[in-house]
Amino acid sequence: MRYLCLIYDEEKKLGAMSKGESDAFMGEYFAFTEDIKKSGHYVGGNALQPVGTATSVRVRGGKMSTTDGPFAETKEQLGGYYLIEAKDLNDALQVAAKIPSAKLGTVEVRPIQEFN
Amino acid sequence: MDVPAVIDEVYRTESRRVLATLIRLLGDFDRAEEALHDAFSAAIEQWPRDGVPASPRAWLVSTGRFRAIDALRRRARFDASLAALATALEGQTAAPVEWIGEETLEDDRLRLVFTCCHPALQPDAQVALTLREVCGLTTEEIARAFLTAPRTVAQRIVRAKAKIRDARIPYQVPDRRELPERLDAVLRVVYLVFNEGYSASSGASLTRHDLSGEAIRLGRLLLELLPEPEVAGLLALMLLQESRRAARSADGEVVLLAAQDRTLWDRGLIAEGVRLVERALGAGPPGPYAVQAAIAAVHAEASEAERTDWAQIVGLYDVLLRADASPVVELNRAAAVAMRDGPAAGLALMDAILARGDLHDYQFAHSARADCCRRLGLVDEARAAYTRALELARQEPERRFLERRLRELEM
Repeated sequence: MRYLCLIYDEEKKLGAMSKGESDAFMGEYFAFTEDIKKSGHYVGGNALQPVGTATSVRVRGGKMSTTDGPFAETKEQLGGYYLIEAKDLNDALQVAAKIPSAKLGTVEVRPIQEFN
Repeated sequence: MDVPAVIDEVYRTESRRVLATLIRLLGDFDRAEEALHDAFSAAIEQWPRDGVPASPRAWLVSTGRFRAIDALRRRARFDASLAALATALEGQTAAPVEWIGEETLEDDRLRLVFTCCHPALQPDAQVALTLREVCGLTTEEIARAFLTAPRTVAQRIVRAKAKIRDARIPYQVPDRRELPERLDAVLRVVYLVFNEGYSASSGASLTRHDLSGEAIRLGRLLLELLPEPEVAGLLALMLLQESRRAARSADGEVVLLAAQDRTLWDRGLIAEGVRLVERALGAGPPGPYAVQAAIAAVHAEASEAERTDWAQIVGLYDVLLRADASPVVELNRAAAVAMRDGPAAGLALMDAILARGDLHDYQFAHSARADCCRRLGLVDEARAAYTRALELARQEPERRFLERRLRELEM
């Protein structure tokens, strides 16, 4: 079964990291990605640009409206994701717990809806 | 015993075990419940004619499983994907002894407990689901235990089952690494089950022995699986409370701790409970169950009510408040203070707790307050408080006890 691991980080906290800390954090991410490729969990994943680059679109009554910013203003922002293949939720949670941001922010694990 | 009575008895003692195994064999809660129902329907039809099978449990598991596969085959005419599922389920051709042996069945119950208490489910839903699926309580009984509406409980159960299915929460006992983290929810649920059996929330009977027995059995199984101090603490607490069962009522009437005939207390259970308390307390800072068990042990060790070491009990409640603060714990501490320092001291604490409104609808807050007023000779206040408790009491023996107290006030 596939699960999407949505990674929420506090951009402010990440921005306040020194170059050394930031490099080490990225290094953890590279190592983690390698690990889950080896274990067969990895399906895909990407980091997102900061939330300041977000634009939200709605269509109401056939009319499109575009607003600056993310869907919801929160303390932690969606910063990236992994799409993984896991045996079950416990397996997915074990993988999610190893995402480096789990130590700083929150990782939300959502099963993928499969349409036949 | 006639066959319908046997079927009733088998339903009472075996249906939850059969369900736990069917969930594993069929991989789905709702499908397993339907299969359980079908298996008992078949028993009602066949047992009077063919006789009761040698192992009713094994018969029910295999009948339920075959009926479920049959039902999938019939529905496969409308949904082709079900045919593959039926074939896959049928393919589990393990020998019956493997999937219905005594040990496997116990494992299944533990699997069911850990699945129902999975942290990915809402805490309220964990308790509701365990009481429903593991213990077979009705939605109404769970609602009363929770002081909430049956509709709310039903919704919680439906949502929890949907999440188990859709997010694929596995049907397994967590491995050792995950186990400690998963245990707290399980212990909380087990104790709630025990309490549901120890003082059933409504009806004419004061206790429901089978539920307390289930909880103690689950506690023993858990202790075997994970010898943590808090598991020992919870089991000790349940055993020490259970030891007083025979003394808690006489001719269907409630007998309070102070008035109980202590020769009726089960010394075997007390000895086992005290041993477990010592084990739980000997391992670092005690958790809430171990402290509550220690309080129960102090009561158990007093040869008569007047010899109870109330100072030690108040001290233990102070420890408990630090580990697990709640208005009910505060109330119990206040009742202990009323014994150590006199009813006026206890009453002052109880009034402060009630003034916050937390226990406004809690029967035992009003009956404890009434007791302090009675001892102080405040007859009008005692009458009002017993009357309020009586309005909130749901159990017949509790009601009769409060009515008796009210009559005694007039003498």
